Amino acid sequence: MAATATPGPKVNRIGLPVLEYRGGKTTLCAGCGHNAISERIIDALYEMGVQPERVMKLSGIGCSSKSPAYFLSRAHSFNSVHGRMPSVATGALLANRTMMGLGVSGDGDTASIGIGQFVHLMRRNLNLIYIIEDNGVYGLTKGQFSATADIGSKLKTGVVNDLPAIDTCSLAIQLGATFVGRSFSGDKKQLLTMLKAAMAHKGTVMLDVISPCVTFNDHEGSTRSYKYMQDHEEPVGEVGFVPSFEEIDVEYEEGSSFDVEMHDGSHLRLKKLPENYDPTDRAVAVRTLMEAHENNEILTGVFYIDTQKPAFTDLLNLVDEPLALLPQSRTRPPKKVLDEVMSKHL
Amino acid sequence: MATTNAGAPSAPATHGEPAASSAVPSKPVINDFSIQVATVNGSGSQSANSVLLRSIFAMGVPVSGKNLFPSNIAGLPTWYTIRASKFGYVARKKEIDVLIAMNAETAREDILSLRPGSAAIYEENLNLKQYRDDVVCYPVPFDKITAAVCAEAKLRKLVKNMVYVGVAAKLLQLDMKAVEDSVRKQFAKKQKAADLNFAAVQAGYDYAAQSLPKQDPFQVERMNATAGKIIIDGNAACALGAMFAGVTVVTWYPITPSSSVVEQLIDLLKRYRIEEDGKANFAVVQAEDELAAIGMVLGAGWAGARSMTATSGPGISLMAEFAGLGYFAELPGVIFDIQRVGPSTGLPTRTSQADLLSVAFLSHGDTKHPVLLPANVKECFEFGGAAFDLAEQLQTPVFVLSDLDLGMNNWMSEPFEYPEKPLNRGKVLTAEELAKTAEWGRYKDVDGDGIPYRTLPGTDHPKAAYFTRGSGHNERAQYSERPEDYQNLMERLARKFETARKLVPAPVVVQTGKSKVGIIAYGTSDFAVMESRDQLKKEYGVEADYLRIRAYPFAKEIREFVESHERVYIVEQNRDAQMLSLLKLDLPPAETTKLRSVRHFNGLPIDARSVTDEIVLQEGI
Repeated sequence: MAATATPGPKVNRIGLPVLEYRGGKTTLCAGCGHNAISERIIDALYEMGVQPERVMKLSGIGCSSKSPAYFLSRAHSFNSVHGRMPSVATGALLANRTMMGLGVSGDGDTASIGIGQFVHLMRRNLNLIYIIEDNGVYGLTKGQFSATADIGSKLKTGVVNDLPAIDTCSLAIQLGATFVGRSFSGDKKQLLTMLKAAMAHKGTVMLDVISPCVTFNDHEGSTRSYKYMQDHEEPVGEVGFVPSFEEIDVEYEEGSSFDVEMHDGSHLRLKKLPENYDPTDRAVAVRTLMEAHENNEILTGVFYIDTQKPAFTDLLNLVDEPLALLPQSRTRPPKKVLDEVMSKHL
Repeated sequence: MATTNAGAPSAPATHGEPAASSAVPSKPVINDFSIQVATVNGSGSQSANSVLLRSIFAMGVPVSGKNLFPSNIAGLPTWYTIRASKFGYVARKKEIDVLIAMNAETAREDILSLRPGSAAIYEENLNLKQYRDDVVCYPVPFDKITAAVCAEAKLRKLVKNMVYVGVAAKLLQLDMKAVEDSVRKQFAKKQKAADLNFAAVQAGYDYAAQSLPKQDPFQVERMNATAGKIIIDGNAACALGAMFAGVTVVTWYPITPSSSVVEQLIDLLKRYRIEEDGKANFAVVQAEDELAAIGMVLGAGWAGARSMTATSGPGISLMAEFAGLGYFAELPGVIFDIQRVGPSTGLPTRTSQADLLSVAFLSHGDTKHPVLLPANVKECFEFGGAAFDLAEQLQTPVFVLSDLDLGMNNWMSEPFEYPEKPLNRGKVLTAEELAKTAEWGRYKDVDGDGIPYRTLPGTDHPKAAYFTRGSGHNERAQYSERPEDYQNLMERLARKFETARKLVPAPVVVQTGKSKVGIIAYGTSDFAVMESRDQLKKEYGVEADYLRIRAYPFAKEIREFVESHERVYIVEQNRDAQMLSLLKLDLPPAETTKLRSVRHFNGLPIDARSVTDEIVLQEGI
């Protein structure tokens, strides 16, 4: 036997190389924040050892919503209609509750045309990771403001936005999402950690990821540019995550740290939090977000988490197996049922 | 000639004939009359009307009931009409024979609308006799009678309705045993309520026996035409059809007149589809709007569930964008449209068949959808089930077009038959099948029928996944804007629609092979057309052949029917002759000139006399 074999590619805990998590070649602009987010999603799925076929990718319309084509080709994907991904995701996850739902939306797709479905999705606490790739503008239609653009920010053409921004994080917290955070496409470590934690969560995860549009919103006067983020990003704390399959380090700093045991046994560790910050307290989270906004800070990190609230499928008391795959013997009642109903109408 | 006969006592020519004398009962009219109960919405008359209907039914006489109600919770006028017909006619009858006037606000108008010789039961204070001396009048002191049997003042408003049931029972010579059974059935779980209500019926009956000598000709006689039959509303039948089709994901947004489809379905599912461990093998979601409802249906269909929603016109409008995506991305789903008059607040509690064209082509771009057209409660059940097979076989949204008249009114029917055919889940590839397949393309027409093979999310095979999108795609579901890819796709979708022609329910044809005149109708216009054909034959000697369309796209029999007749009347309940327009798109140009239109669009269900009069006029008889 030869002493050395050619080493195979590096594989993850289920034996898959990272290549198996990749998607098609991106058609977005070079330098687009969305591409970096796709890369982090690939890393997170790979590191968590998710079986690609167990994921459903869902999106609406816009540059962001194209991006599911650029990662995880081995998963079914549904690029739906503008602003309506939440309903499609709801139907799909009710049909098959055993799947991991990964929704990708944009700021226009979520906060303008899709605000109606977005708020109701948050209320239901469906088992879905909902990512907003947030650049403050409509890219595909060439750079109009979206509803997350900050008041006073300026378009390339010089047009100034005179309406207040919708804060999707505050909204999600108020309405019932159970894992809410914001990150930045340029912050590899934080975004990757948050995505991994999101994959361990049961319930709706709402992640607003600031993702600069290099073509239409990366200039002086924009509040979604790389430069602006470098100057104004303010992490609410440090996000740590220990997945269920890794050994947990027992010690952690008391006081400003917060350890949350998640549904699957993973641990989310928030360190260096501001004094008295409790990520399970909605009111504190929303107040902190509002204050940061007033100080022109873009707060990032995990703001709020609730591991106790029942997910939508629990509320519906669904059977464990996918509804989609139930055999006729379970979904068509026997003849005696029809006879019984008929006799009531005699 | 326009002689009247027992089946059709109401040709316009008879309108001015002298009234039956109010003193001497004329020749009895047995098992062939209509009753109209005029009440105030929210006064609780529904139970009383139901008892009246069921009592006639229990005496073996074919009967139908229609609730003509306002868009209002309480206070506005509402009418309930009951038609007894020994001939089995269940269409609305325009003419009222017996009026029960309980609404002071409309009483004058109600009695003025009667034909001479009809009868009117009313609260004596209304003094309706002053308006008509050619109508048999039965004044009744309802409040006094009610007070005597019902000590509790709060309940009197409700109990009063049962008094008119008793008065009518005596005058129409109903069998009191049948009436009592109906009351007990109505209040099956509430013994005390049943006793109180029947006491009120009895009091009304006794009053009539003592004080109201029979002077009108209308009466019920026992027959044997309803044995073994059921009474059910179309929405309940749709719900049953869906449950026995194995529906698992149900989404909805409340809208009249469709809400009771899902409300009744929820009751059924809770009762019959909870598994032994107490868990539900179904999901019902009340969505935030119809856009979300259809989005959930298509998401669930994409992931492999049998999914449905129920709505009406305004909801259909909101579903337009998604319907197009469903067509183009080839997603199964069932949409029940219980049609009403629209738009907006329009006449939301009145019936119509005016969604046909908008549903057939719902969305932007080149889009067309299979549409099933049930005409009776049995078909609501059967099509309500078949729609799920079709949606999965064809991988496309399928619409079931019912209407308010069918959906919310009670109809007699043969009991429904248990669907013995196994569910058809369509062309779905499993992981094992994929392993044996050399090359799989989501949108490839392997079998030449335009229907490709699909996989479901979660299929455990690396080749299973594909990307679903509304934008252009090639046979392998890859993004493509190439002209030939788009054209190929659109042509295959057209081929698929041709396949649908053979799969949807075929029309029902009744013909002698000799008549030059044909009638085409669909949905609830059927009842009026069947009766109208008898009128045409008896009164005018015209034997018209009849074809009832049961689905779009049109089966070949429809074209053959038009080809074999000289004049074809399309009867429908909308202003714009929508079915006629749809037929014109499908038929050879030479055939389209044969088509003539009979339309009814006032919000009330179509009646036979209107059909007959219009055909007679156009035939120039």
